[in-house]
Amino acid sequence: MDMAIRPILASLRAHRTTAFLIIAEIALACGVLCNAMSMIGQNMDDIRLRNAIDEGGISVVRISGSEVKTAASDIPRDLAALRNIPGVRAVATSSDMPLDNSGLTWSFGMHPGATMNDIRNAYVEYYLVGEGADKAMGLHLIEGRFFDADEYANSTLNGELVSSGHAVVITASLAKRMWPRQSALGKLLYSDALWYAVVGVVDDVLCSDDGTRDAGGRGFYNSVFFPISPASALGSLGPANPVNDYVLRSTPRDRDRVLKAAVAKLHQLYPSARIKGQRYTDMRDQYFADASSLAWTLVVVCAVMLAVTAFGIMGLTSFWVQQRRRQIGIRRAVGATRGQILGYFRLENFLLTTAGVAIGMGLAFAINIYLIKHYEMRLMPWYYLPCCVVTLWVLGQLAVQGPAMRAAAVPPVVATRSV
Amino acid sequence: MFGYYLDLAVRSLKHNKVLTLLMVLTLALGIGASITTLTVATLLSGNPLPGKSGRLFHPQIDPFPQDGYVSGQTQPPFTLTYRDAMNLLQLHRADRQALVSAATVGVTKSDGVEPIWGNGVLTTADFFPMFDSPFQFGAGWNVGDDAAHQRVVVIAGYINDQLFGGADSVGRSVRIHGHDFRIVGVLKHWAPQPRFYGAELDGHTFGDGDAVFMPLEAALDAGIGGMPGQCFGTGDQRDPRAMPCTWLGFWVELDSAEAVAHYRNLLDGYVRDQIKQGQFYRSDTALPDLTQLMHREELVPHSVKLKAGLAFGFLLVCVVNTVGLLLAKCLRRSQEIGVRRALGATRGHIFAQFMMEAALIGVAGGVLGLLFAELGLWGTRHQPAEYASLARLDPKMFLLTFVVALAASLLAGLLPSWRASGVAPASQIKAG
Repeated sequence: MDMAIRPILASLRAHRTTAFLIIAEIALACGVLCNAMSMIGQNMDDIRLRNAIDEGGISVVRISGSEVKTAASDIPRDLAALRNIPGVRAVATSSDMPLDNSGLTWSFGMHPGATMNDIRNAYVEYYLVGEGADKAMGLHLIEGRFFDADEYANSTLNGELVSSGHAVVITASLAKRMWPRQSALGKLLYSDALWYAVVGVVDDVLCSDDGTRDAGGRGFYNSVFFPISPASALGSLGPANPVNDYVLRSTPRDRDRVLKAAVAKLHQLYPSARIKGQRYTDMRDQYFADASSLAWTLVVVCAVMLAVTAFGIMGLTSFWVQQRRRQIGIRRAVGATRGQILGYFRLENFLLTTAGVAIGMGLAFAINIYLIKHYEMRLMPWYYLPCCVVTLWVLGQLAVQGPAMRAAAVPPVVATRSV
Repeated sequence: MFGYYLDLAVRSLKHNKVLTLLMVLTLALGIGASITTLTVATLLSGNPLPGKSGRLFHPQIDPFPQDGYVSGQTQPPFTLTYRDAMNLLQLHRADRQALVSAATVGVTKSDGVEPIWGNGVLTTADFFPMFDSPFQFGAGWNVGDDAAHQRVVVIAGYINDQLFGGADSVGRSVRIHGHDFRIVGVLKHWAPQPRFYGAELDGHTFGDGDAVFMPLEAALDAGIGGMPGQCFGTGDQRDPRAMPCTWLGFWVELDSAEAVAHYRNLLDGYVRDQIKQGQFYRSDTALPDLTQLMHREELVPHSVKLKAGLAFGFLLVCVVNTVGLLLAKCLRRSQEIGVRRALGATRGHIFAQFMMEAALIGVAGGVLGLLFAELGLWGTRHQPAEYASLARLDPKMFLLTFVVALAASLLAGLLPSWRASGVAPASQIKAG
């Protein structure tokens, strides 16, 4: 090995500028690639976050501008009409939907008299849901029960715009965070004079509010559900803003037809209200649109950057080969095999790439620290570095393949001719 | 001389087409990516009110309860409670001042049925002169209208076009959520980007402009708006004028450093009084100007800045790559350089010749880069982001593309040209 490396080092020393350029190229590519890959990973993690509702089967129709005064009779009528659409398996009202960016938020403590701004509180996104919402959303009950008919009927909107009742259903993650290693059932959530008893725990439902997530270490799943009677289902965004979601569940196959029929039906019932129907999957995609566009941009830029780097290495190496045709001929004439010439250029490239990634890893780390400081990036998982190194090694070897083959094809007779 | 170098450069570039193409393509890709992302980033972080942003301030105070408060460690909330907002507004201590809130509204003609939905702004009289909103017909309302809870309205040009066919509609009425509002003014197209006065209120940071502007009091009387923002206590949230929540944006125009200092004192004094009366617990105040506020509230999405940073990293890779390729190309022509040097060309001549070659690659890279940038922006426009429709190349960016392309290529050409000009004539001729 030593025998093979020494002449390479000698030749590199003679071509310091070119060698330095290749190393710089690899180092830069390594720095950008590692961070881009880690960013792609982070965004993909977000995009793929689990959400324990029946995402594929849900359609949501949002009405803004209906009448608060007649809601008590309007909503049961609407629900009956929607239930009659063929293919609808369940339908219910909800103040809003997970990931729709209009979440209602509150903060709760675990001790009587906990004030709203206590930093020990859990910040949660809350949903005011009508009867049957567990089926319409496809929530998975883990422990306890969902609300009973009385709880729905007796829960109105109080002054704080939350439920006047005392029952709440929370997600498993939130339960675990608030009462680790205990059952959350029967435990109480407090906020000033308000209190709610946990009657059920459901599998994790995502919340959309960034503030809720950031407070308390990315609380993606800090969601709670309150029951609400039809008379109070409107106005959770303030009494002057009657907004309401109808959540319809069907099979994914029936979904688009159901959604269209539901929008038409509600248009008929509320000619002057604003009615917007959406597939739940579209709502989710919309929520993660920025993350997915960033991830795709990164993928494309990385691919192009790797191609550019490969072409650069190819260009410089072929120049090198051409410059050294005579030397290669001499080596061949004194007995070097084609394989040895091939090996020489491959090894040379390997050494340059290794030097490049060594510097590049430092660069990658520095960029990562900067991004963590300024852009809420997470620390790059360690395994991205070796992934990156291997990628660049392979890239370097592929790029050098062509020029090295050409070098190996130089006939020994070149040594005897002047160039 | 210039023409001669140009001729030489063209010949040389033609001589090795693959290498030339590779260099131009590399440079163009880097430039295309960086101009695309830079266009979006400057667009989004642009100054919404050029020439005025240094005079607009956003007073902030903190009505939140004690709960673990440590002086100097918290930012006062963005918005004010109705009570504080009215107190500060009625002091009239700024040159101009306006409260701002937002609501989604449906607008029809008085006899219309299907409303047009859009953003409604609830504000006070000074809003229009303070933010330089341009009028097509009529004008804004006055302070008296605010005080008298007058149901008047300023509508956007596009609403006027849709409802009244673009005719002068001043004096006519529109119906908003069941109440008639008399039109006093019609705006020309007006959509500051980013929408600095409303972004924190309803989350719409970019867009085509708001639909209607109503006096705050009259709108609240009509049951429009008044969504709680940040609440700091349990208490009735059904009355926007009394709820323990901050929800009103407050802007003042202050024309001198002295006026700013006075206003700062005024805010501190107001908070001191409130603490004395037992209404307030926290003494922090803030008076950021528009630019500082935009910076602090981070209206430009992180992903936009990240993409721009990444694109420039990529451009750097491309430039280094071009340096390598140019160097290879130069050194391959050592003999030719040797001959030219032997025939009397100075080092300066050789240097200029190779820089010309680099510049030519830069221009070609710029043209192709522009194409890539247009393609990138076209892609951006088809993304579901709020700012998507704004992503267009303006003349400034067009020019910048070539500046960046030339700068990048000349930078890339420096090292190879310097190395080329250092070639010793004799040894090269001998070697040949």
